[in-house]
Amino acid sequence: MVVPLEYYLGLSVALFALGAIGVLVRRNALVIFMCIEMMLNSVNLAFIGFADHFKGVDGQMFVFFVLTVAAAEVAVGLALIVAIFRNRATVYVDDLNLLKW
Amino acid sequence: MQSLFFILAAVALVSGVLVVFQTHPLRSALWLIVNFFAVAGIYLLAHAEFIAAIQVIVYAGAIMVLFLFVIMLLNLRQPEEPARQPHISQKFLGVVLAGFTALLLIYGFSRAHLPPGKALAPGLGNTESIARSLFTDYLLPFEVTSILLLVAIVGAVVLAKTRLK
Repeated sequence: MVVPLEYYLGLSVALFALGAIGVLVRRNALVIFMCIEMMLNSVNLAFIGFADHFKGVDGQMFVFFVLTVAAAEVAVGLALIVAIFRNRATVYVDDLNLLKW
Repeated sequence: MQSLFFILAAVALVSGVLVVFQTHPLRSALWLIVNFFAVAGIYLLAHAEFIAAIQVIVYAGAIMVLFLFVIMLLNLRQPEEPARQPHISQKFLGVVLAGFTALLLIYGFSRAHLPPGKALAPGLGNTESIARSLFTDYLLPFEVTSILLLVAIVGAVVLAKTRLK
């Protein structure tokens, strides 16, 4: 019994919305970053669902590249958070309003 | 197989909710690892064994260890104090906006005319077919990926070493 494409897409949309809620609602930069990872992961899930549906390998290739970009993004993003913490002693995005008009 | 999918999907959704609504970032990170493992199980169901393996190794292994290291480096022992929590109207607006995004996505997916899937072709294994595709059709993006990783390493080192004023 094969899992239909709609189930993959439904779970993907649900996880994406959950990540979006986290990004909009939380104030801790680390948790916001984790929620962004969850959103990337949900997009990967949609790619894998399509790859399974069409029996192709291209969707899996895209997931491979998204994973690489996510790894690079985490390395730079966490370095940024550590640098901000060393300068401002905070990880809450409320306190980082320097660019706010 | 569908019941297994539903179990894994339920685990992924519950752990995702817990990631968002835990007050301590360390607990969020640990629940996110559970979420990644559940999604890796779904990849296995979708005949993407190689992707499931690198999901566990790269995401659940490397990236989450990096997260846990940073959380411990920053020494965020106390849970988030109530004053840090956003206003209730901000929370409401965030949930409404995310729900609207989900509705837009569902609308877009339901309007797309997807051709029916082809029958399963026997032949190469998953890792072998990925390798074949990676080193022929996707050779240039694969090489660009190495430059991206190099830039990320250099950027992380520069950010970690320089002391801004």
